[in-house]
Amino acid sequence: MAEIIDMPKLSDTMSVGTLVKWNIKEGQVVAFGDILAEVETDKATMELSCTVPGTILKIYAAAGAQLPVGAPICAIGKKGETAPEPAAAPAPKAPATAVPAIPEKAEVSCVPAAPASAGSVSPQSDASRTKASPYAKRMAEKAALNVANLPGTGPGGRVVSRDVTAAASATAASAPSGPLNVAVAPPADGKGIQPDGDLPVGGMRQTIARRLLESKITVPHFYLEVEVDAAPLMAMRESLNKRLAEAGGESAIKLSVNDFILKASAEALRRVPAVNASWAGTSIRQHGAVHLSFGVALEDGLVTPVIRDAHAKTLKDIAVEAKLLIGKARSKKLTPAEMSGSTFTVTNLGMFGVTGFFGIINVPNAAILSVGATIKKPVVDAHDRLVVGHRMVIGLSGDHRVVDGANAAQFLQALKQLLEEPALMLI
Amino acid sequence: MTKEAKIALYTKMARIRHFEQRCIRIYQQGKIGGFLHLYVGQEAVAAGTISLLGKNDHLITGYRDHGHGLMVGMGMNECMAELTGKVTGCSQGKGGSMHYFAPDKNYWGGHGIVGGQAPLGTGLAYAVKYQGLKGSCLTFMGDGAVNQGAVHEAYNLASLWDLPVIFVVENNGYSMGTSQERSTAHPGCLAKRAEGYNMAWDVINGHDVYEVRAKTALALKRAHEESKPTVLEIFTYRYFGHSMADPDKTYREKEEIKTYRDKKDPVLLFEQELLREKVLTPELSQTINDAAMAEADKAAIFADESPDPTLADITKHIYWEEDNRGPKTTSRGTIIFE
Amino acid sequence: MAVISYREALRAAMRDELNRDKNVVIMGEEVAQFNGAYKVTEGLLKEFGPKRIVDTPISEAGFIGLGIGASMLGIRPVMELMFWSFSYVAFDQIVNNAGNIRYMSGGLINCPIVIRGPANGGTNVGATHSHTPEAILASHPGIKVVCPATPYDAKGLLKAAIRDNDPVYVMENTILYNDKGEVPDEDYIVPIGVADVKRVGTDLTIVAHGRAVITSLKAAEILEKDHGVSVEVVDLRSIRPLDEETILKSVRKTHRALLVEENKPFCGVDAQIAYLIQSKAFDELDAPVHRVSSIDAPQIYCKRMEDLQMPSVERVVAEALKVLA
Repeated sequence: MAEIIDMPKLSDTMSVGTLVKWNIKEGQVVAFGDILAEVETDKATMELSCTVPGTILKIYAAAGAQLPVGAPICAIGKKGETAPEPAAAPAPKAPATAVPAIPEKAEVSCVPAAPASAGSVSPQSDASRTKASPYAKRMAEKAALNVANLPGTGPGGRVVSRDVTAAASATAASAPSGPLNVAVAPPADGKGIQPDGDLPVGGMRQTIARRLLESKITVPHFYLEVEVDAAPLMAMRESLNKRLAEAGGESAIKLSVNDFILKASAEALRRVPAVNASWAGTSIRQHGAVHLSFGVALEDGLVTPVIRDAHAKTLKDIAVEAKLLIGKARSKKLTPAEMSGSTFTVTNLGMFGVTGFFGIINVPNAAILSVGATIKKPVVDAHDRLVVGHRMVIGLSGDHRVVDGANAAQFLQALKQLLEEPALMLI
Repeated sequence: MTKEAKIALYTKMARIRHFEQRCIRIYQQGKIGGFLHLYVGQEAVAAGTISLLGKNDHLITGYRDHGHGLMVGMGMNECMAELTGKVTGCSQGKGGSMHYFAPDKNYWGGHGIVGGQAPLGTGLAYAVKYQGLKGSCLTFMGDGAVNQGAVHEAYNLASLWDLPVIFVVENNGYSMGTSQERSTAHPGCLAKRAEGYNMAWDVINGHDVYEVRAKTALALKRAHEESKPTVLEIFTYRYFGHSMADPDKTYREKEEIKTYRDKKDPVLLFEQELLREKVLTPELSQTINDAAMAEADKAAIFADESPDPTLADITKHIYWEEDNRGPKTTSRGTIIFE
Repeated sequence: MAVISYREALRAAMRDELNRDKNVVIMGEEVAQFNGAYKVTEGLLKEFGPKRIVDTPISEAGFIGLGIGASMLGIRPVMELMFWSFSYVAFDQIVNNAGNIRYMSGGLINCPIVIRGPANGGTNVGATHSHTPEAILASHPGIKVVCPATPYDAKGLLKAAIRDNDPVYVMENTILYNDKGEVPDEDYIVPIGVADVKRVGTDLTIVAHGRAVITSLKAAEILEKDHGVSVEVVDLRSIRPLDEETILKSVRKTHRALLVEENKPFCGVDAQIAYLIQSKAFDELDAPVHRVSSIDAPQIYCKRMEDLQMPSVERVVAEALKVLA
């Protein structure tokens, strides 16, 4: 049987070789040890000696050719044998890149919370870190104490276990008993719906609480609502996802309903830019770019990553970026820059079946969009017939200092139109 | 030697030759990483010496160890698979070319540090003597090893304690790229140093397998009957570089290699001798060589198709006590760390 | 129970095993006729004869390699190094051969050797005779390393080492050779890989090995008496394998750890212990892990300075107070 001789690996580090010259020709009989050719490697020019005695059936590589190690260069066999077809030169090994698994989520559920105003400190990074030993931290958690509030008597002011012990016994001595519950007789078997007691509130939730209160108290909220025929949107989503899957296979991006809403919001703001503004005390600051924030619910709170320049991004760009940011949010890798600077916020509780709601404005945005679930309901169509409709209720909370009812209504009208005729997003 | 024994010996030499040559192709295909030190041209040394060994005779060598392994009876499959790091290799992929072992055949490796095996071989001889057996240990090394400190320490101990060790210096003229003349102060004869240690010594032409056998037999007799050591210097030659990565143009001329191939090739010379003695016929010789080549080819396929060791295998075979944990095992604690 | 010296305990271990197994051979420089450079093997030649107790020339690579080779055929050599500092002459044999042969043969061979000898500073003999190579050796998979601190542990560990079918290196201490302690006459071993709590306490864990254990016990007395601190002292006894559980159990109890070693700081045994504690008992720690090693320089000759270079009782007490701060 004929043997194919490949470009040999003549040194540890060799990956390609140049076939400088052939010493034999097709049809020639060769013995073990005969020099077949001269090969130039990364280190030197070496002689390629024959390891398969026989007849040279075919030469695949021309003199002067540069080939990767493993590429076929000639075939040796019995005289008269047909030369085999060389398999293609081995493709350069594709680098084993692990495609990072971006979590797939159809709807983004969130409650508006931590604002993303420029320059605000991210709720995830504390400005000053408290030095406390790991053991003291554990003890503090159990005693529902915050190490940040305890005096540290360890080296460098470190909070150590004795400080927590001291604080715990002091609190026990002075504090009145337990949570503010009306004195209700506990159930006979002593078991409640959850353990009684105080859940310590971490830094992130403290910040969320503060900002929400500030928004609710200082911003004059007003509320508008619109119902959207979601059928065209569903159809377009299905069709685009199918195309993307065909083209991209397993790793193809899947567009979510929320991706469409984000894109549509950006387009609606282009048409009604008055809503893309902020109250600045003595003026209204208009924003030229649309930086969209959207909520991602985490175990210990909510984060609102921001897609910058959404007005200039395609639906696909927005979808890809949204997924990336969600992934980062979940692995706690969002940077402060990625969580600040939004001009408009979109929230969505549709995945929980909530049919409609109104969010709290993410200061200093002028409005927040809240998206409900798409549900089937009886509707009256254009020909006054009762048919099954797929309807989505979208709410808008507006800051009445910046936008008035008419702008807000125009915005919702534009949004509705874009969602019901998605092709309009092309122009 | 009987006719059958001679044919068997020739067959073994041919098998070494074809195995080694088949390795070249595998190395060039990139399937053998690390080192590959070929024995081509030195076959008569392993063949001649090892063919004399008995039940209590042991052997140990350096890293040019394929020939010795095949001579004691290791299979081509397990040897080839070891070169490519497969789990079916003789060391389960954990040793590689330089570390073939077959304790059941009295073969104690296959060692990578030049000269490091000399004290080990001396120890094997010590054990044989300690156990009251008539035996020996052939401790092979190259001409480059004779300048290592450990070798001198081994010589001294062997002589001082009358140990049945036979130090076999396979002098192929070069230690890697340094000729013997450039590396050893005493000119000409390496074995003569044995006199400094009060040991017997001899020199042998390594391309004549009969001479190798005859003179090694004398050393074995000395070991078995007097429990005294010998240093044998066997002149031989390697056709290929020190290892596959050695371009070998920097230290010797092509003519030198060609002269050996034409005039002193041990396999060729033995074949010619046996043809003269009418022990071999050209047809039989061809059959033997074809069979050896075919066996090597099959071994290459076996190696190719064999699997690698697994991740879990990495931390096995480190400690006897861990591999053999049982009710009698008393040691505890963490022995493999993360 | 008899009270004997560490030296006598080692001798008793060798005697027991020489009687028990005819393959055991004691080998080394001056072990036979000279009765041992430190008299550990005194009397054994007379009792067992020159075949079992073998004087070697000054040839560490040679005789240790010989011992390893012999062990492959079933001999169980117990090789004495006059100082573990001399092991570097035989490093290739000790590490490359003894440690790797089993692995490179895929498990076909084992080398049941013991190398024993003093590995210590503090004896005014200068830099090249004062090495403590337990960490270097323990970093090689294939090798076992033990460090007895008391006569009881010395006898028990040496017997376990001789019976063990892998290479076991025993780090002794010339200063400890004279220490006396209770040692049973009957057959017993200290299993390799098991640490020992030499002193029970609640406020601080001191982890040490070898003579540093004795130093730490003295420091613990002072800490209790003068500072009202209750110190627990964990004697590793075995470096590889390592009793991680005993160390962690103690740290979980006291929440503070001080490591004491006669090694020099860089990658001494305590570097590994410190990693272990912070990795597996992080949340138990009320303070960072502290360490007292020998001062980082080749062993100085001047005796008074050498005493300060080694971890002294004073240094241990001072560092303990820092951990407790």
